[in-house]
Amino acid sequence: MTLGVQVTDLTMRYGTTTALDGTGLELAPGRIHGLLGRNGAGKSTLLSVMAGFLSPCAGTVLVGGHPVFENPRVTRQVCLVGEWSPIGEKSDRVHEVLSTARALRRGWDARYAQELLERFGIRPDDRLSQLSRGRRSALIGIVGLAGGAALTMFDESHLGMDAPSRAAFTDALLADFARTGRTFVVSTHLVEESSPIFEEVAVLDRGRLLVQEDADSLRRRGCRVTGPAGTVESFTAGKRIVGTPRRLGGTLSVVLYGGSYEGERGRAAGTGLEVEPLPLQELFVHLTEPGGGSVDGTGSAPASGRTHAS
Amino acid sequence: MFDDGSPIYRQIAERIRSEVLSGAIAPDEQVMSTTQYAAFYRINPATAAKAFACLVDEGILYKRRGVGMFVRPQAPAALRERRRRRFFTEVVDPVLAEARAIGIPPEEIVEWIRRSSGTASAAEEPNGTGDVRAGRPGGQQETVRDRGNGR
Repeated sequence: MTLGVQVTDLTMRYGTTTALDGTGLELAPGRIHGLLGRNGAGKSTLLSVMAGFLSPCAGTVLVGGHPVFENPRVTRQVCLVGEWSPIGEKSDRVHEVLSTARALRRGWDARYAQELLERFGIRPDDRLSQLSRGRRSALIGIVGLAGGAALTMFDESHLGMDAPSRAAFTDALLADFARTGRTFVVSTHLVEESSPIFEEVAVLDRGRLLVQEDADSLRRRGCRVTGPAGTVESFTAGKRIVGTPRRLGGTLSVVLYGGSYEGERGRAAGTGLEVEPLPLQELFVHLTEPGGGSVDGTGSAPASGRTHAS
Repeated sequence: MFDDGSPIYRQIAERIRSEVLSGAIAPDEQVMSTTQYAAFYRINPATAAKAFACLVDEGILYKRRGVGMFVRPQAPAALRERRRRRFFTEVVDPVLAEARAIGIPPEEIVEWIRRSSGTASAAEEPNGTGDVRAGRPGGQQETVRDRGNGR
């Protein structure tokens, strides 16, 4: 069993702050989705609405085709966990946290939870207040994994984990996905490290969906062109440039977005220009750069007027 | 594990090609499943599936419904032929271009090759199979990276 999500024209405001501004998004069922965005881009708000924690100010959020807010038939199948998860509010022992999770989740798999605890070196008798930040993050991850919800979302769950724990969590997530094929949504800042496990990536920027694409294609969308300034300028004329061009003496280096790395490299053959693929992390930085980061070949465009090549 | 930029499915496909070429996976032998590839490389199973699909299109792998992916008997020969065709354009030509740029005459290159291949065949024994196995994936990646940088 697995659930997809359709978000249409979703707007969320907190007082005078607009967290989501007419966001539209579709998450296909049975995939691992990555949700990327800078701090304050609206990721946590979006996830909270998708989990039914918040009611949309405007727009709709359908999970498995049904509105999710105050709809227990749906929310029972949806699980959102994050650093902020109120685990340990009522108790300070790991096993008590797990009992609470078990009571909330019909699909709770106690044996799987136990196995995961062992893998992360957490004992049922451990006190939450004495767990390291990494283990606490891992415990939150375990609550999500063992819960078995058809739509399971992790909001920056990797945050406190060290590199080995993150690798162990990724392994557990992939093994679970291979077994259950349920829908996962993972929001993260660790773009480069996490993106290989995503089938699709959605990038939020200032409350809007900036781009949604399969991760492997997005990785090819950007490239860096470097060479003599004049040659670079004529080569990139009319193409979409993101970020601020960099100069070193007569050398110019610009980042192109929207075409394909292979295509640009082919066109650059014989020009003496160097065309490099762009790490996803760097592309992400350029795409979400605050204020006029995006310019096209003819002049600068206002940040709000940015669209993505779909 | 993967170099930045170039699609992961292509890098996976290239690794499988190398394994078929080297005989690490024999003709008619089953290739690991997408799930196994996904777990091993920590990638999405769909990415592994895409690499497989690409190799099926190329005639390197074939699918047995409900069983898995297998190496086509003619795949090693086809891959070797393809690499041989590319050898001069993709390996030798850049060397010649570099030599021209820095003023090394062709005779000197020929002389070097003659001497090195003499040494290489003498050194073949001690290098043995262990080295070849260890060196294979790394060597392949180098090729991918070099092309990736457009050099």
